[in-house]
Amino acid sequence: MHLHAVDYHAGNRHILNKVNLHLKQGQILTLIGPNGAGKTTLVKIALGLLVPTSGTVTRSPGLRIGYMPQKLQVENTLPLTVERFLQLAPRAAHADLATALAEVGASHVRHSRLQSLSGGEFQRVLLARALLGKPELLVLDEPTQGVDLKGQADLYSLITQLRDTHNCGVLMVSHDLHLVMSATDEVICLNQHVCCHGHPEQVSNDPAYLEMFGQAGAQAMAVYTHHHYHEHTLAGEVVAEHVHDDSCQHDHAPSLLANPQQRSKDGR
Amino acid sequence: MADFLLRAVAAGLLLALVAGPLGCFIVWRRMAYFGDTLSHSALLGIALGLLLNLNMQLTVIFICCLVALLLVLMETRKSLATDTLLGILAHSSLAVGLVILSFTNTQIDLQAYLFGDLLTVTNSELLWLLGGCALVLVVLVANWNALLSFTLQPELAQVEGLNIARLRVMLMLIIAVAVAVAMKIVGVLLITSLLIIPAATARLFARSPEQMAFGASFSGCVAVVGGLTASWFLDTPTGPSIVVVAALLFAVSAMLKRQQ
Repeated sequence: MHLHAVDYHAGNRHILNKVNLHLKQGQILTLIGPNGAGKTTLVKIALGLLVPTSGTVTRSPGLRIGYMPQKLQVENTLPLTVERFLQLAPRAAHADLATALAEVGASHVRHSRLQSLSGGEFQRVLLARALLGKPELLVLDEPTQGVDLKGQADLYSLITQLRDTHNCGVLMVSHDLHLVMSATDEVICLNQHVCCHGHPEQVSNDPAYLEMFGQAGAQAMAVYTHHHYHEHTLAGEVVAEHVHDDSCQHDHAPSLLANPQQRSKDGR
Repeated sequence: MADFLLRAVAAGLLLALVAGPLGCFIVWRRMAYFGDTLSHSALLGIALGLLLNLNMQLTVIFICCLVALLLVLMETRKSLATDTLLGILAHSSLAVGLVILSFTNTQIDLQAYLFGDLLTVTNSELLWLLGGCALVLVVLVANWNALLSFTLQPELAQVEGLNIARLRVMLMLIIAVAVAVAMKIVGVLLITSLLIIPAATARLFARSPEQMAFGASFSGCVAVVGGLTASWFLDTPTGPSIVVVAALLFAVSAMLKRQQ
């Protein structure tokens, strides 16, 4: 699949600017970027849900796509089991259903109500539905939403595993470069235009990547710095607090937080 | 049994049967307000039919479908929140309908249109109802899975190859048809309740969408029979009696469910 020089405008807002994207069979490509960078828009253009203002999208003819949407809220008024939900996929054979659930490790929830699933289970069921169409391309919009850190790592390794068994291309959106690092072949760093792209290690040290998340402000930054614990000091430094030890010779303004011992004494 | 009573039972049951599954979609998609808007605009259809001397039933169906399409169009523009749009359309069409009615010289029983008059259903009205209900039911059953998929996540449905623009318009139109033919049974002001209350009752016990649809049809039928019976013996207005029975069924079911 190719996307060439894709522009997208919504009203007066310029959401995507000259974005190129190229995805081969068996390759995992991850889109990262701050909120409002146009990641979901780009995914929708790739899927054909949105038509780009200009630029071209080329898919191999008859490409079968499995899609995992960012949001799927099930109304509480709709009684639906996992099994029935999966049966809604077109051409979902009974045998395929069991296989798909086993593949994502969610066989045990087959007869559960959709609303009773945990975040991780729900994402796996969505993944199973995407697999039912025997996809050649998986498009996953934030596949680890609402999943704890351990579960996220598990899901990413599951995605890699699925790519290996199905030999399909994977286009996914992620918030966390460092968790996804081992699971992806290529990263595109998106902020309305392609800031940088390449191998994940390469991108994580790219000045454009560091600058982009520096500009996005400390709040957004915090999300990305949780896992900067080894070779990524450059990014870590941006929000790293000044660590106080005996070598510090300066005084502080009186503050409760600056002297925790005194606070606990006063508290008694 | 008297002929008119037989016709009333047949019309009521027919409507309840179709209102079940249709009402489920209205509940799942949170379209209650939409049904209200359509039923209010049905009165505009009545008024226009009288003023221009057109076939009443056809005019009502036409106006309801027109308002449904207008809503689809306005929704895609997204200049105002949907509930605001619905509020504007519902009450202005009702008001315009009432104003137009005042221009016509014919004396009509407004109450019959507002609250329904099941006991005076004529043979031709019964035929219209039969036609409308059959159409709605066939469309619903034929597109059941597609509509469910669309209700859950339109974009996923579209990627899986469904034409969601078509589905959206189709659902709006069959609701419009159902509301138009149902007006005679329970009246403009009570139609939505017959769509929603049985579905809500069925939700308490259903374990699948299909069970909920059948359950809603069933509890709607019970409400119709119960309401007619009450109306016969207690001499209460028929439409409101049906709705009261439906509401009682819901209340009792909710209490039973809670005790479990």
